[in-house]
Amino acid sequence: MDETTADHAWFERAVLGLLPELLGTARRLTGNAQDAEDLAAEAITQAWLHRSSLRERERFPAWLHRILTNLFLSRRRAQASRPEETCLDDEAEFSLFERLHQPFLLWWGSAEQTFLDRLLRDDLIRAIEGLPDPFRIVVVLADVQGLSYGDIARSLEVPIGTVRSRLARGRALLQKALWDHACDAGLRTRTPDVRPEHA
Amino acid sequence: MSDPNPIDCDEALRLLAAFLDHELHLDEREGVERHLQVCRSCFSRAEFERRLKGEITRLRSEEVSPGFEERVRRLLGSFSPA
Repeated sequence: MDETTADHAWFERAVLGLLPELLGTARRLTGNAQDAEDLAAEAITQAWLHRSSLRERERFPAWLHRILTNLFLSRRRAQASRPEETCLDDEAEFSLFERLHQPFLLWWGSAEQTFLDRLLRDDLIRAIEGLPDPFRIVVVLADVQGLSYGDIARSLEVPIGTVRSRLARGRALLQKALWDHACDAGLRTRTPDVRPEHA
Repeated sequence: MSDPNPIDCDEALRLLAAFLDHELHLDEREGVERHLQVCRSCFSRAEFERRLKGEITRLRSEEVSPGFEERVRRLLGSFSPA
Protein backbone atom coordinates (compact mmCIF):
# COMPACT_ATOMS: atom_id res chain seq x y z
CA MET A 1 0.00 0.00 0.00
CA ASP A 2 1.53 3.36 -0.99
CA GLU A 3 1.45 6.43 1.24
CA THR A 4 -1.53 8.17 -0.39
CA THR A 5 -3.62 5.00 -0.30
CA ALA A 6 -2.68 4.53 3.36
CA ASP A 7 -3.73 8.14 4.07
CA HIS A 8 -7.08 7.55 2.42
CA ALA A 9 -7.62 4.34 4.38
CA TRP A 10 -6.70 6.13 7.63
CA PHE A 11 -9.07 9.02 6.86
CA GLU A 12 -11.91 6.60 6.09
CA ARG A 13 -11.40 4.67 9.34
CA ALA A 14 -11.16 7.87 11.38
CA VAL A 15 -14.34 9.34 9.91
CA LEU A 16 -16.38 6.15 10.31
CA GLY A 17 -15.21 5.85 13.92
CA LEU A 18 -16.31 9.40 14.66
CA LEU A 19 -19.60 9.24 12.78
CA PRO A 20 -21.94 8.83 15.81
CA GLU A 21 -20.35 11.84 17.56
CA LEU A 22 -20.22 13.93 14.42
CA LEU A 23 -23.86 13.21 13.62
CA GLY A 24 -24.90 13.82 17.25
CA THR A 25 -23.26 17.25 17.32
CA ALA A 26 -24.76 18.10 13.92
CA ARG A 27 -28.19 16.97 15.09
CA ARG A 28 -28.03 19.08 18.26
CA LEU A 29 -26.89 22.13 16.27
CA THR A 30 -29.37 21.91 13.41
CA GLY A 31 -32.31 20.44 15.30
CA ASN A 32 -33.36 18.04 12.56
CA ALA A 33 -32.14 14.80 11.04
CA GLN A 34 -31.98 15.78 7.37
CA ASP A 35 -29.99 18.98 7.91
CA ALA A 36 -27.73 17.15 10.35
CA GLU A 37 -26.83 14.48 7.80
CA ASP A 38 -26.18 17.08 5.10
CA LEU A 39 -24.01 19.11 7.48
CA ALA A 40 -22.00 16.07 8.58
CA ALA A 41 -21.45 14.98 4.96
CA GLU A 42 -20.26 18.46 3.98
CA ALA A 43 -17.92 18.60 6.98
CA ILE A 44 -16.39 15.27 5.93
CA THR A 45 -15.88 16.57 2.39
CA GLN A 46 -14.25 19.79 3.64
CA ALA A 47 -12.03 17.79 5.99
CA TRP A 48 -10.82 15.65 3.09
CA LEU A 49 -10.15 18.68 0.90
CA HIS A 50 -8.18 20.45 3.67
CA ARG A 51 -6.55 17.40 5.25
CA SER A 52 -3.07 18.79 4.61
CA SER A 53 -3.73 21.47 7.27
CA LEU A 54 -4.12 18.80 9.96
CA ARG A 55 -0.67 18.51 11.53
CA GLU A 56 -1.32 15.90 14.22
CA ARG A 57 -3.67 13.00 13.59
CA GLU A 58 -4.58 12.70 17.27
CA ARG A 59 -6.24 16.11 16.92
CA PHE A 60 -8.50 14.86 14.14
CA PRO A 61 -11.70 14.56 16.27
CA ALA A 62 -11.51 18.17 17.53
CA TRP A 63 -10.45 19.40 14.06
CA LEU A 64 -13.37 17.69 12.32
CA HIS A 65 -15.86 18.97 14.90
CA ARG A 66 -14.50 22.49 14.43
CA ILE A 67 -15.00 22.23 10.67
CA LEU A 68 -18.57 21.06 11.24
CA THR A 69 -19.32 23.87 13.70
CA ASN A 70 -17.81 26.53 11.41
CA LEU A 71 -19.82 25.24 8.45
CA PHE A 72 -23.01 25.38 10.50
CA LEU A 73 -22.28 28.91 11.71
CA SER A 74 -21.34 30.23 8.28
CA ARG A 75 -24.55 28.80 6.80
CA ARG A 76 -26.52 30.35 9.60
CA ARG A 77 -24.88 33.76 9.11
CA ALA A 78 -25.81 33.58 5.46
CA GLN A 79 -29.43 32.92 6.36
CA ALA A 80 -29.82 35.60 9.04
CA SER A 81 -27.73 38.73 9.24
CA ARG A 82 -28.30 39.14 12.97
CA PRO A 83 -29.23 36.51 15.57
CA GLU A 84 -32.57 37.17 17.15
CA GLU A 85 -32.52 37.93 20.86
CA THR A 86 -35.44 36.68 22.87
CA CYS A 87 -36.80 38.49 25.88
CA LEU A 88 -36.67 36.01 28.73
CA ASP A 89 -37.03 38.20 31.78
CA ASP A 90 -39.27 35.73 33.60
CA GLU A 91 -37.21 32.70 32.73
CA ALA A 92 -33.67 34.05 32.73
CA GLU A 93 -32.99 32.78 36.23
CA PHE A 94 -35.17 29.69 36.32
CA SER A 95 -33.62 26.90 38.36
CA LEU A 96 -34.89 23.34 38.15
CA PHE A 97 -32.99 22.55 41.35
CA GLU A 98 -34.86 25.22 43.27
CA ARG A 99 -38.19 23.79 42.13
CA LEU A 100 -37.27 20.27 43.11
CA HIS A 101 -35.09 20.70 46.17
CA GLN A 102 -36.67 19.89 49.54
CA PRO A 103 -34.20 20.67 52.34
CA PHE A 104 -36.11 18.68 54.94
CA LEU A 105 -35.61 15.52 52.85
CA LEU A 106 -31.85 15.89 52.66
CA TRP A 107 -31.10 12.98 54.95
CA TRP A 108 -33.21 10.32 53.31
CA GLY A 109 -33.44 11.05 49.64
CA SER A 110 -33.40 13.82 47.12
CA ALA A 111 -36.16 14.77 44.72
CA GLU A 112 -33.72 16.37 42.29
CA GLN A 113 -31.61 13.23 41.96
CA THR A 114 -34.75 11.16 41.43
CA PHE A 115 -35.81 13.61 38.73
CA LEU A 116 -32.51 13.13 36.91
CA ASP A 117 -32.79 9.36 37.28
CA ARG A 118 -36.12 9.50 35.45
CA LEU A 119 -35.05 12.01 32.84
CA LEU A 120 -35.24 10.46 29.40
CA ARG A 121 -32.84 11.15 26.58
CA ASP A 122 -35.78 12.12 24.35
CA ASP A 123 -37.02 14.65 26.93
CA LEU A 124 -33.62 16.31 26.99
CA ILE A 125 -33.32 16.31 23.19
CA ARG A 126 -36.78 17.84 22.84
CA ALA A 127 -35.91 20.54 25.38
CA ILE A 128 -32.65 21.42 23.61
CA GLU A 129 -34.22 21.46 20.17
CA GLY A 130 -36.92 23.79 21.50
CA LEU A 131 -34.39 26.46 22.53
CA PRO A 132 -34.19 29.60 20.39
CA ASP A 133 -31.16 29.43 18.06
CA PRO A 134 -28.73 31.77 19.86
CA PHE A 135 -29.18 29.89 23.13
CA ARG A 136 -29.26 26.37 21.68
CA ILE A 137 -26.01 26.93 19.81
CA VAL A 138 -24.14 28.16 22.89
CA VAL A 139 -25.49 25.32 25.05
CA VAL A 140 -24.48 22.76 22.41
CA LEU A 141 -21.00 24.22 21.98
CA ALA A 142 -20.41 24.38 25.76
CA ASP A 143 -22.16 21.27 27.07
CA VAL A 144 -22.23 18.87 24.11
CA GLN A 145 -18.91 19.79 22.50
CA GLY A 146 -17.21 20.95 25.69
CA LEU A 147 -15.70 24.11 24.17
CA SER A 148 -14.30 26.85 26.42
CA TYR A 149 -16.03 30.24 26.66
CA GLY A 150 -13.14 31.74 24.72
CA ASP A 151 -13.43 29.23 21.87
CA ILE A 152 -17.19 29.77 21.69
CA ALA A 153 -16.73 33.55 21.60
CA ARG A 154 -14.23 33.23 18.73
CA SER A 155 -16.46 30.81 16.81
CA LEU A 156 -19.54 33.02 17.16
CA GLU A 157 -17.60 36.30 16.81
CA VAL A 158 -19.20 37.73 19.95
CA PRO A 159 -17.75 39.05 23.23
CA ILE A 160 -17.13 36.50 25.97
CA GLY A 161 -19.72 38.26 28.15
CA THR A 162 -22.34 37.48 25.51
CA VAL A 163 -21.35 33.81 25.67
CA ARG A 164 -21.79 33.83 29.45
CA SER A 165 -25.20 35.50 29.32
CA ARG A 166 -26.52 33.33 26.48
CA LEU A 167 -25.29 30.22 28.24
CA ALA A 168 -26.98 31.23 31.51
CA ARG A 169 -30.23 32.02 29.72
CA GLY A 170 -30.05 28.93 27.54
CA ARG A 171 -29.54 26.67 30.53
CA ALA A 172 -32.36 28.38 32.44
CA LEU A 173 -34.69 27.95 29.46
CA LEU A 174 -33.67 24.33 29.13
CA GLN A 175 -34.44 23.68 32.79
CA LYS A 176 -37.77 25.49 32.46
CA ALA A 177 -38.69 23.29 29.50
CA LEU A 178 -37.79 20.14 31.47
CA TRP A 179 -39.84 21.36 34.41
CA ASP A 180 -42.85 22.15 32.21
CA HIS A 181 -42.56 18.72 30.61
CA ALA A 182 -42.45 17.05 34.02
CA CYS A 183 -45.55 18.99 35.11
CA ASP A 184 -47.41 18.24 31.88
CA ALA A 185 -46.56 14.56 32.23
CA GLY A 186 -47.87 14.58 35.80
CA LEU A 187 -44.46 13.78 37.26
CA ARG A 188 -44.39 17.00 39.28
CA THR A 189 -46.90 19.49 40.64
CA ARG A 190 -46.43 23.14 39.83
CA THR A 191 -45.50 25.05 42.98
CA PRO A 192 -44.93 28.74 43.70
CA ASP A 193 -41.40 30.00 43.04
CA VAL A 194 -39.91 29.55 46.49
CA ARG A 195 -36.14 29.45 46.79
CA PRO A 196 -34.59 27.10 49.33
CA GLU A 197 -32.82 28.51 52.33
CA HIS A 198 -29.11 28.11 52.32
CA ALA A 199 -26.96 26.98 55.18
CA MET B 1 -7.78 26.09 59.93
CA SER B 2 -10.59 28.56 59.20
CA ASP B 3 -11.09 30.02 55.71
CA PRO B 4 -9.53 33.53 55.65
CA ASN B 5 -11.86 34.78 52.87
CA PRO B 6 -15.02 32.70 52.90
CA ILE B 7 -17.63 33.30 50.19
CA ASP B 8 -21.34 33.16 50.93
CA CYS B 9 -24.08 31.21 49.15
CA ASP B 10 -25.02 34.06 46.79
CA GLU B 11 -21.43 34.38 45.61
CA ALA B 12 -20.99 30.61 45.31
CA LEU B 13 -24.14 30.29 43.18
CA ARG B 14 -23.09 33.27 41.04
CA LEU B 15 -19.82 31.49 40.27
CA LEU B 16 -21.23 27.96 40.05
CA ALA B 17 -21.74 27.70 36.29
CA ALA B 18 -18.23 28.96 35.52
CA PHE B 19 -16.90 26.64 38.24
CA LEU B 20 -18.51 23.59 36.61
CA ASP B 21 -17.32 24.78 33.19
CA HIS B 22 -13.72 25.04 34.49
CA GLU B 23 -13.68 28.74 33.66
CA LEU B 24 -12.69 30.21 37.05
CA HIS B 25 -9.32 31.52 38.11
CA LEU B 26 -7.55 29.48 40.78
CA ASP B 27 -8.49 31.75 43.72
CA GLU B 28 -12.18 31.81 42.75
CA ARG B 29 -12.21 28.06 42.15
CA GLU B 30 -10.69 27.37 45.54
CA GLY B 31 -13.21 29.72 47.17
CA VAL B 32 -16.12 27.83 45.63
CA GLU B 33 -14.58 24.47 46.54
CA ARG B 34 -14.19 25.53 50.17
CA HIS B 35 -17.78 26.77 50.27
CA LEU B 36 -19.11 23.52 48.80
CA GLN B 37 -17.28 21.60 51.52
CA VAL B 38 -19.24 23.37 54.25
CA CYS B 39 -22.61 24.17 52.63
CA ARG B 40 -24.85 21.16 52.05
CA SER B 41 -27.45 23.10 50.05
CA CYS B 42 -24.95 24.56 47.58
CA PHE B 43 -23.17 21.21 47.37
CA SER B 44 -26.48 19.55 46.40
CA ARG B 45 -27.10 22.27 43.82
CA ALA B 46 -23.63 21.80 42.36
CA GLU B 47 -24.07 18.02 42.13
CA PHE B 48 -27.43 18.47 40.42
CA GLU B 49 -26.05 20.92 37.86
CA ARG B 50 -23.00 18.71 37.27
CA ARG B 51 -25.18 15.65 36.62
CA LEU B 52 -27.52 17.54 34.30
CA LYS B 53 -24.54 18.86 32.35
CA GLY B 54 -23.27 15.28 32.09
CA GLU B 55 -26.61 14.10 30.71
CA ILE B 56 -26.43 16.82 28.03
CA THR B 57 -22.86 15.85 27.15
CA ARG B 58 -24.06 12.28 26.52
CA LEU B 59 -26.26 13.60 23.70
CA ARG B 60 -23.07 14.06 21.70
CA SER B 61 -23.45 10.61 20.22
CA GLU B 62 -26.29 9.77 17.84
CA GLU B 63 -27.28 6.42 16.35
CA VAL B 64 -26.22 6.32 12.69
CA SER B 65 -28.85 4.92 10.34
CA PRO B 66 -27.70 2.29 7.81
CA GLY B 67 -28.76 4.68 5.04
CA PHE B 68 -26.53 7.50 6.27
CA GLU B 69 -23.59 5.19 6.90
CA GLU B 70 -23.91 3.93 3.32
CA ARG B 71 -24.05 7.53 2.07
CA VAL B 72 -20.84 8.36 3.96
CA ARG B 73 -19.10 5.21 2.72
CA ARG B 74 -19.96 6.16 -0.87
CA LEU B 75 -18.75 9.71 -0.23
CA LEU B 76 -15.46 8.45 1.20
CA GLY B 77 -15.10 6.08 -1.73
CA SER B 78 -15.43 9.01 -4.13
CA PHE B 79 -12.41 10.79 -2.63
CA SER B 80 -9.31 10.28 -4.74
CA PRO B 81 -6.26 9.25 -2.66
CA ALA B 82 -3.98 11.16 -5.03
